Amino acid sequence: MSAQQNNNNTAPSNQTERIWQMLFLAWLIALASTLGVLFIGEIMGQEPCVLCWYQRAFMFPLTVVLAVACYLSDSAVWRYALPLAVFGWAIAAYHTLLVAGIVSEGLVPCGQGTSCTSADMTIFGFVPIPLLSVLAFSAIIILLLLARKGSRP
Amino acid sequence: MSRRTLVAVTVIAAAIAFIVAATIYKRSAEEQAAAAARSAVLIRPHSPVFGPQDAPVTIVEFFDPACGTCRQFYPIVKQIERENPKAVRVVLRYVTFHQGSDQVVRILEAARLQGKLEPVLEAVLAAQPQWSSHGGGAPNIGNAWRAAASVGLDVTRARRDALTPEITAVLNQDAADVESAGVTQTPTFFVNGRPLPSFGVNQLFALVNEEVAKASGG
Repeated sequence: MSAQQNNNNTAPSNQTERIWQMLFLAWLIALASTLGVLFIGEIMGQEPCVLCWYQRAFMFPLTVVLAVACYLSDSAVWRYALPLAVFGWAIAAYHTLLVAGIVSEGLVPCGQGTSCTSADMTIFGFVPIPLLSVLAFSAIIILLLLARKGSRP
Repeated sequence: MSRRTLVAVTVIAAAIAFIVAATIYKRSAEEQAAAAARSAVLIRPHSPVFGPQDAPVTIVEFFDPACGTCRQFYPIVKQIERENPKAVRVVLRYVTFHQGSDQVVRILEAARLQGKLEPVLEAVLAAQPQWSSHGGGAPNIGNAWRAAASVGLDVTRARRDALTPEITAVLNQDAADVESAGVTQTPTFFVNGRPLPSFGVNQLFALVNEEVAKASGG
């Protein structure tokens, strides 16, 4: 299967074209998320809490790995990208439940700086950032699963 | 457009979008900060003033006695005062971002009542590493008192004065003005009400020189 993917000179079939579009879309989401949190953190000066850092630890590599995969048209990337997205999703989901008050804090001690349950972790005043994070990781997971399905013989 | 070109173009477009958005955001944030400073009261009658009262150029320094950078800036501000003995006065506003800062401000204010603000301020800043919590752990305010006593502060009297409602009122008023002026870091300087364009020693010198030149009919 890899011989077929890496052969860029032949005209891509509809199937491989669609897989590439999934990867490209997943990469765009990761890129937008990465630049978005960097903007909130570095430019707007809203300090990330510990859980945000853990999510960043999985989102940032997704941006790089998916960029390389899109550049090389390598659909096998789902094997590397999917675990990253799943772990990131798990942390984002936990964080969202924490902010929503459905699970209680104390399981993960947060640093002195910013509280992970703080209500002002929002953008545009009302959208909670952890929820956006869950949505971004979810979309990436779905796209990677579709790419996986398409790339399997 | 080939896939590779599309990926490359996306990277470049994202980088440009980020830089443009950052520039726009920073500019509007700076304008907001400047507007906040204009409407805030930077000088209060209770604020300690160094230099001639009628100096045409006023440097307002928001100052935290436990802040290491404020300590490093002290000789720089003194140098500006020395170089412009008639044109520049310095107004000190207290910021208590660090643990124990409020207690040290009380020492300074008690020293002011004894006419010893400047020597005590210098002694307390010199001894800052001994009493502040920079190395971790709790601040040791006893060491700050010892530093103040070493330059002739009447400690018995000062300890009584330090807890008076007048000094508490100074702390409260300065804390409120820190908030309304949008001061989030120390030291923060305003020269005739103008904030530094960006933080730094050279920026402070430049802004002071500009205002001094303006005041002397330049």
